[in-house]
Amino acid sequence: MWKFSLRRIITMIPQIILLSIVVFILAKMMPGDALTGLIDPNIDPSTIEEKREALGLNDPWYEQYANWISGVLHGDLGQSFKFKMPVSELVWQRLVNTFWLSVLTLIITYLIAVPLGITSGRFHDTWADRIITGYTYIGFAAPLFIFALVMLWIFGFYLDWFPTGGSVKPGIEPGTLDYFMSKVYHMLLPALSMALISTVSTVQYLRSEIIDTKQKDFILTARAKGASESRVYNRHILRNSLLPIAAFFGYEISGLIGGSIFIENIFGYPGMGQLFLNSILLRDYSVVTALVLLFGIFTILGSLLSDIVLSIVDPRIRIK
Amino acid sequence: MSEPVLKINHLKTSFRIKDEYFAAVDDVSLTVNKNELLAIVGESGCGKSALAFSIMNLHTRAKIEGEITFKGQNLVNLSTAELNKLRGKNMGMIFQDPLTALNPLMIIGDQIGEILLIHNKNMAVNERKQRVVELLTKVGIPRPEHVYTQYPHELSGGMRQRVVIAMAIANNPELLIADEPTTALDVTIQSQILDLIKDLKEESHAGVILITHDLGVVAEMADRVAVMYAGQIVEIADVYTLFENPLHPYTRSLLNSVPTTNEEQSKLHVIQGVVPALQNLPREGCRFGPRIPWIKESAHEKNPVLHEVSPGHFVRCTCYKDFHFPHEDKEEKQHVIS
Repeated sequence: MWKFSLRRIITMIPQIILLSIVVFILAKMMPGDALTGLIDPNIDPSTIEEKREALGLNDPWYEQYANWISGVLHGDLGQSFKFKMPVSELVWQRLVNTFWLSVLTLIITYLIAVPLGITSGRFHDTWADRIITGYTYIGFAAPLFIFALVMLWIFGFYLDWFPTGGSVKPGIEPGTLDYFMSKVYHMLLPALSMALISTVSTVQYLRSEIIDTKQKDFILTARAKGASESRVYNRHILRNSLLPIAAFFGYEISGLIGGSIFIENIFGYPGMGQLFLNSILLRDYSVVTALVLLFGIFTILGSLLSDIVLSIVDPRIRIK
Repeated sequence: MSEPVLKINHLKTSFRIKDEYFAAVDDVSLTVNKNELLAIVGESGCGKSALAFSIMNLHTRAKIEGEITFKGQNLVNLSTAELNKLRGKNMGMIFQDPLTALNPLMIIGDQIGEILLIHNKNMAVNERKQRVVELLTKVGIPRPEHVYTQYPHELSGGMRQRVVIAMAIANNPELLIADEPTTALDVTIQSQILDLIKDLKEESHAGVILITHDLGVVAEMADRVAVMYAGQIVEIADVYTLFENPLHPYTRSLLNSVPTTNEEQSKLHVIQGVVPALQNLPREGCRFGPRIPWIKESAHEKNPVLHEVSPGHFVRCTCYKDFHFPHEDKEEKQHVIS
């Protein structure tokens, strides 16, 4: 398994290099650069041209790329025009917030998906199954941003059970239990809203996988052995049905990135998704570039994680 | 001397299509004796697998009526929990396709061990492992200790079928049902697997039901043969009688469709038509009638029953008396009936 993981990590490197090139070229294709717009219009254009030369903006793209990537490798993602601080510092704070929000969302997603999927698959074509499938259809059809707004209005505003913005109550000492509880409290509603929508695909996957596995020949073998119904389900059907869920896990992460852009803006949660949208609106290019690169890396890491998890649970994938 | 292990009386297994039940196994009665290998032959779709599955009640949605007497109990009336005590312990099943019959995520040792565990919760872990290795050796698997820790995908088809057999015989069952055990295997492996089943039968004196469509296999293995057509037994006899003196038109057509090497043959005999679909089965008259249209209507019985023509040799319908292959004047095997 270690050999497999190592090989998988090595194949990831060219993917990331390619991603960084694409991100860089796209950033370069955006109109304007650091010396347009924010400069006093009375300055002599030849001075601007000199500055441009000095900053290396007239170099061919691959030299500029080499400069930029060596900066990135040293943790230097440039300066944010808007916040007047290094991008890496800015992103780091948001990254931590988004990370915890995502973890909570994933936990809730699976807490909902596994019991619903199992019920629906095991007792398919019953009323319970029909209700669960009905829910998944609604989940597929409802746009996340509308659903999140409704949740915010009902639970945040109308019932006033949850805070409607921020990631922590101001004025609490970091590191205390209160601080931690306040963080979780702030994350709960956004995470729940996202999980309720993103879980439906997992429920559907699990359901159809169980129905499919039920008809496999080895289930018949298990029954012919005299295995009780619960044994057949727990030892044979369930384990085989969870495989695609493990495979799906990494893509769930890419889904979270997309979801966080909506959720964090609606709930005013200071994470990467909110920063991303703000930076685009404010044309804070260095932040946008850094975030696109990070999102890309997370997606690649997600699929890496999927493959590794799958290689742990499925012996057929392991290379000996 | 012949001690029945299994007695089936008027078994009827029906499947629901839309809102109606159609019998795939229609009024089948037979017995399997101790240390006897009963072969059930027939075309695809004639109900032989449905019959085998009915015995262990492995159908998920089927209506089973009649009597299946095994160890003094009528299996048809047993609950799943009661049945589970017999499945895997007193009766074992060998499946058609060894490639899909094993759980891909469990090591071989655990899969065979499971059947021991289910029926004997008190067996020590070491003892169980030892027994599994013993079983693997018995079915002719080399390096059993190593195979114990392997997954099904690491074994060849023949090896997997040996594992399935090891599983079926783990608790020394009195009845072994083999549902086309060699269909998915290549010819050289086929004969090895068949020899293995035969050896195991000789050793344990179990009754064996072998479902097959391969008449070569039947000739080699069986003590008695039941020929099934469209859910019914059309002829049943011991193997010598059946091959020497086949009576029912279906049996004769089947035997006539076997290619032989010692005769010049231009064309292989083909039985006209196919087994009709379940919902279109003729429920009255001779079911094979439509496939031998050159035999006149009056030769058939209205409600065909099994006639005992000689001790232990039963034939359904009277049409066997008038049956002949078309163009009998020429050499009979040269013809395609159509």
